[in-house]
Amino acid sequence: MNGHRDQAEVHDDTLMQVVMVGLADEKFALDAGLVREIIDPIPATRVAGARPFLPSVINVRGNVIPLADLRIRFGMPIQENSTDTRIVVIEIDIEGDPILVGVVADKVYEVTEISRADVQQTPRVGMHWKAEFINFITKWREDFVIVPNMERILS
Amino acid sequence: MNSLDPADVFRQEASELFEVLEGALLDLTLRPDDRELVDTAFRALHTIKGSGAMFGFDKVAAFTHEFETAFDLVRKGEVKPTKELISVALSAKDFIRSLIEMPESTDSIIGEAILAELQQFVKTDKPAASPEIVSAPAAMEVQPAGWRLHLEFASHILCNGTNPLDLLDDLRKLGPCFAIALTDGVPLLDDLEPEQCFLKWDITLHSDCDKSVIDDVFMFVQDEMTLTLAPLVYSEDAVATPLVPVLPDVMFCDGRSASTAAEQSAALPQPEVKRGEARRTDDRGIATVRVQAERLDELMDRVGELVIAQARLTQLAAAGDDLSIKMIAEEIERLASSLRDTTMGARMVPIGSVFGRFRRLVHDLSLDLGKPVEFVTAGEDTELDKTMIESLADPLVHLIRNAIDHGIEDTATREAAGKIEQGRIELVATHAGAQVLVTVTDNGAGLNTARIRAKAESLDLIASGAIMSDYDIHQYLFHPGFSTAEKVSALSGRGVGMDVVKRTIEAMRGTIDLSTTPGLGTKVTLRLPLTLAIIEGLLIRVGEGRYIVPLSAVEECVELTAADERSRGRHFLNVRGDLVPFLKLRDLFGTSDSSDMHQKIIITSTGDTRVGLVVDQIIGNHQTVIKSLSKLHADVTMFSGATILGDGSAALILDVVQLVALAQAQSEKQQAA
Repeated sequence: MNGHRDQAEVHDDTLMQVVMVGLADEKFALDAGLVREIIDPIPATRVAGARPFLPSVINVRGNVIPLADLRIRFGMPIQENSTDTRIVVIEIDIEGDPILVGVVADKVYEVTEISRADVQQTPRVGMHWKAEFINFITKWREDFVIVPNMERILS
Repeated sequence: MNSLDPADVFRQEASELFEVLEGALLDLTLRPDDRELVDTAFRALHTIKGSGAMFGFDKVAAFTHEFETAFDLVRKGEVKPTKELISVALSAKDFIRSLIEMPESTDSIIGEAILAELQQFVKTDKPAASPEIVSAPAAMEVQPAGWRLHLEFASHILCNGTNPLDLLDDLRKLGPCFAIALTDGVPLLDDLEPEQCFLKWDITLHSDCDKSVIDDVFMFVQDEMTLTLAPLVYSEDAVATPLVPVLPDVMFCDGRSASTAAEQSAALPQPEVKRGEARRTDDRGIATVRVQAERLDELMDRVGELVIAQARLTQLAAAGDDLSIKMIAEEIERLASSLRDTTMGARMVPIGSVFGRFRRLVHDLSLDLGKPVEFVTAGEDTELDKTMIESLADPLVHLIRNAIDHGIEDTATREAAGKIEQGRIELVATHAGAQVLVTVTDNGAGLNTARIRAKAESLDLIASGAIMSDYDIHQYLFHPGFSTAEKVSALSGRGVGMDVVKRTIEAMRGTIDLSTTPGLGTKVTLRLPLTLAIIEGLLIRVGEGRYIVPLSAVEECVELTAADERSRGRHFLNVRGDLVPFLKLRDLFGTSDSSDMHQKIIITSTGDTRVGLVVDQIIGNHQTVIKSLSKLHADVTMFSGATILGDGSAALILDVVQLVALAQAQSEKQQAA
């Protein structure tokens, strides 16, 4: 997967492969290089005493991995699971170790390419979450999408 | 991954050999007359020398050679392996080890000093054994007269590009050489294959060279030839009639002593052994394969997944009606469990592999402190998971040091107390169910409870006058920075140690117990799980969630009576007259749904404290494959890990010690509020 990412970067510096996911009514672009797999919702096990945005663990192919709910982290409304709900399993780097995390997504749109050329300045106002959670904001089909910094969000 | 650095291979091999050597040397202090031990030590030395030279550790080979030469006298029985000699031998061993491990920073002067010391011991005893020693060099001097060689090459040797004549030229460089070609193998012209070698040679070599030098000449063809080597005894007879095939015993009969023959034949096999070393796998009788530790870990992971998948299959099969699927499920269950046992077995290492190094520790400490100590070990063949053995070494070092330094009294005190002068430390490993008990027992003074208490009071750990059991007071020994030693010595007194021991043992899911009898000694018991990867657990349900309680912590299960349930102010149980506090897991976990009618209590014990855990349902035993929790959940202390249940969902494993600590902190907060 990392190979993918490098390749994409070699191809064209300004294009970036992303997985477009929806949380509430916001669209996020997750770097495709981070995404390991996308699975249907499975029963999760609640972890008492854990931080609210990491409320549970799930079993993904024999590994017990945390399930993160970014909607809680961003203070967004929680929707009931629907037929569109998916779990996006991503791999991030925490203190030098690769760690698998499942992220709940209300909807997964598609794998697509976005251009870094359209990067917009992250506005200082009008955002209800911390600027450090956001890598950059870019344009995709006339929509603004946020490319989040998953490492910062989860640690 | 397979192309290991040959030097690393040598280092690994050497470190095993060092253990063998050290073990043999230490045993020698107890049984100086055991020939077997001397031979074992000598073999180890010899292999280190041989392999060292092979892998280019020339310094190692050179030093070991000197060491070996000195030790050879012990082997021959000319020098007694006294305690002092063993001490020097041990330091020589350490020197070789540092030569191998840190070649740059090891000073050869140390080596020379050790050798000089070694020589001295060997020499002091020499006069007593002089007759034999004189005879030995005398026998050596006979050897140089020369060698008689008989060469037969495999007929295809020319095809491989070897020219036998070049080899003969090489031989000639060693000294005057008289070669006779034996032509009796040459066929008639019609059958003669020009590319095959039919000639054999008889050679008389007049040279004072070593047998190994001759071996070197034929080093590259030794697999394709037969080389018969016999020492040439210098006699007019032999020189005059070199053509006549002389039987070896005829040669030795011409006035030479039989001991010479013995000497020669004893000398012969030695280079043979050396040559065979490259091919040798193990000379200890058991065929072993070196496997990288990570591969074993990976295998264990896969087996863990298999066990989980198998549990799901079994569940599915049990739910259905298909008899053939049930049979397959049973078959797979059987295979998976035996595969699990085998895999776990492959990771098991006898604990004796660490016991060895403690003998050295005790030996050195008892010399340093001037306290004669007898060190007894038992249960060396008790097996434990490889990773546990590694992490067990340091705690045991601390415990044994403590036992010698604090536990065992000095000779005068022991005499005054009417005890035998020699202290005794026992290190015993035994199986107890799914646990291994490792005990360190000394017959020293025992713990000084009053002094520990005074120290704890001075550190404001306990209020003076508080009523405490001896057991509780002794627990302060595990407190960081706690030391009752009046002055700091090189060994102990800094107050780091016991807390590290406790932490290490608890990290291995083990427990540590202290028991002491004043005047008679102290016993430290480490209870360790057999393996880190799979534990026996009790599957419970709290609300909707299922959890695992490690079975090693569970004492018994009882029902929560209505009376206990109703009482608001106190959360205590009366278990056969004992007061046992209980915790409602529902409250701790913040479970919102309504509780079951009949709640159960699992009485757990950690060390001396017993705590009841109130649960909704006890489901049953569960073979728990431990999966560690993600780093992102590092802040969750209540759970020590997770596992995967038969239906594929994850369940969390309770960390009972942490759970109790957390509950304590919570209730203290409530009281304060």
